[in-house]
Amino acid sequence: MQIYLPIAEMSVNVFWVLGLGAMVGFLSGLFGVGGGFLMTPLLIFIGVPPAVAVGTQANQLVGAGVSGVMYHWRKRNVDVKLGLVMQAGGIVGTVLGVMLFGMLQRLGHIDLVISLSYVIFLGGISGLMLMESVRALFRGRRKGATRGKLHHHTWLHGLPFKMRFPRSRLYISVLLPVGIGFIGGVLVAIMGIGGGFLLVPAMIYILGMPTTLVAGTSLLQIILTTAVAAVLQAATNHTVDILLAMMLLIGGVLGAQLGSRASGYLKGEQARALLALTVLGVAVKLAVDLVLTPDDLYSITTTAGPK
Amino acid sequence: MRARRWGGAMAVLALLATWTPVRAQTLVADLSSHLIAITTGFTGTDVVLFGAIDQPGDVAVVIEGPETSQTVRRKDRMAGIWINNETLKFSHVPGFYGVASNKPLDALLPPAVAQRHEIGLDHVRMLPRADVDAATVTEFRAALIRNKQREGLYGTEVGEVVFLGQRLFRTSISFPANVPIGLYTVSVYLIRDQDVVGAQTTPLAVSKIGFSADIFDFAQHNGLVYGLLGVLLAVGAGWLAGSVFRKG
Repeated sequence: MQIYLPIAEMSVNVFWVLGLGAMVGFLSGLFGVGGGFLMTPLLIFIGVPPAVAVGTQANQLVGAGVSGVMYHWRKRNVDVKLGLVMQAGGIVGTVLGVMLFGMLQRLGHIDLVISLSYVIFLGGISGLMLMESVRALFRGRRKGATRGKLHHHTWLHGLPFKMRFPRSRLYISVLLPVGIGFIGGVLVAIMGIGGGFLLVPAMIYILGMPTTLVAGTSLLQIILTTAVAAVLQAATNHTVDILLAMMLLIGGVLGAQLGSRASGYLKGEQARALLALTVLGVAVKLAVDLVLTPDDLYSITTTAGPK
Repeated sequence: MRARRWGGAMAVLALLATWTPVRAQTLVADLSSHLIAITTGFTGTDVVLFGAIDQPGDVAVVIEGPETSQTVRRKDRMAGIWINNETLKFSHVPGFYGVASNKPLDALLPPAVAQRHEIGLDHVRMLPRADVDAATVTEFRAALIRNKQREGLYGTEVGEVVFLGQRLFRTSISFPANVPIGLYTVSVYLIRDQDVVGAQTTPLAVSKIGFSADIFDFAQHNGLVYGLLGVLLAVGAGWLAGSVFRKG
């Protein structure tokens, strides 16, 4: 069954889009990430204009995040205080990101910046995660083993404005969660991703949060950041396709529920290794595309008149 | 919003009522429909053009979509990766272009005449917005056409005008799902002895109608409300799914 998307201005198969949403939703529930890093490139691949893919993705991530947080909330795996502090940085990052997006779009470099950010962020972080989790898997760390070894005191712990986060048993500088949230916000606006793949490791390695709380808390932060991004993109760039977002959501929330359930069967290191492999795959694909000679060196953009 | 759209449709009808063919006695043609309605189920459509000529000759049909400005960018390799480098902007570029005839175009018309009437892809008017050498313009122009063809908005080959007997002809024009909205012109040319001896122009409107049009209008005119509503819908859907699964 075909349906015409009013903002993307193209016709798509309903079941195909539902399936796409379900597949990405499952992974997002499994790893506690938004799944945007997979969805945005996939949407662009099926012909959705990049700007619309990024804007729509922000909207659909809100819904996926809500159902994900509800699951983790029941398990009491959400640190609300920490999530809200991260969000303060997230909003500033999102606003700046939407402005930057518009600027790069006018200069004609947005596609390159999206691809490069994916390669650098996804490649770098997944590489680090993979190394760490493989090492952990080989060491055969048992469930319940202390994470004390990971918690080294560095200059990060000397930063001012310290605050207590009782749920996570942390006493850290506010600047850390705010800074992480800020980067997450920029990524939502520019790359159309929740930034979970970056937030999750940052919360584990930089903040030193307990792994069980990371998925729920990062999803909470993602809900708020993506909501701000979705409203801003709709208001300034008119790039949110509600019809597309709803279809992705219906598939996505179902997939996310199953994924959240399945995550119970995975150990932390295993989940991280799998996530790292998936992310690395996307990064390698994009890196290859940047280096290989394109089929057509020329591209066009409609700058005035009907699209 | 709806009123404005119907206003547009009425304007087309009014145009139709007042329009008179240039040389009515030599050539008459009409479309099976003057309005392409993009509804929620729209997957592209065909419009049939039919007509008659009162003296022997050949026929060429040109379909042009609303004018746009296009920026063409060329990638160059820098530090190993491909980056957009040289840029050329064109204005007055038709957003859609198609041509059909009953014989190969170069057999029908000399280039100068084809150029004047913009018959054939080589003769579509596009104005470069910068003072660059002819070779660059040719190169970027070809790239623009190639990209439009890939999007399905410019025909890759000349369509066929079929004659039924000596006087009656017909052709079919295909519009893809991503057809730009706006006012189109369909020009029919009667050609004899390497020259255009009769012409007629018919308007064709492409407009979004119904649910998808309402969404589009709402998004354009009330972006903020639209965005907030979208987020509310998303929260609702996520919450619903979360609750349903809890009980299940």
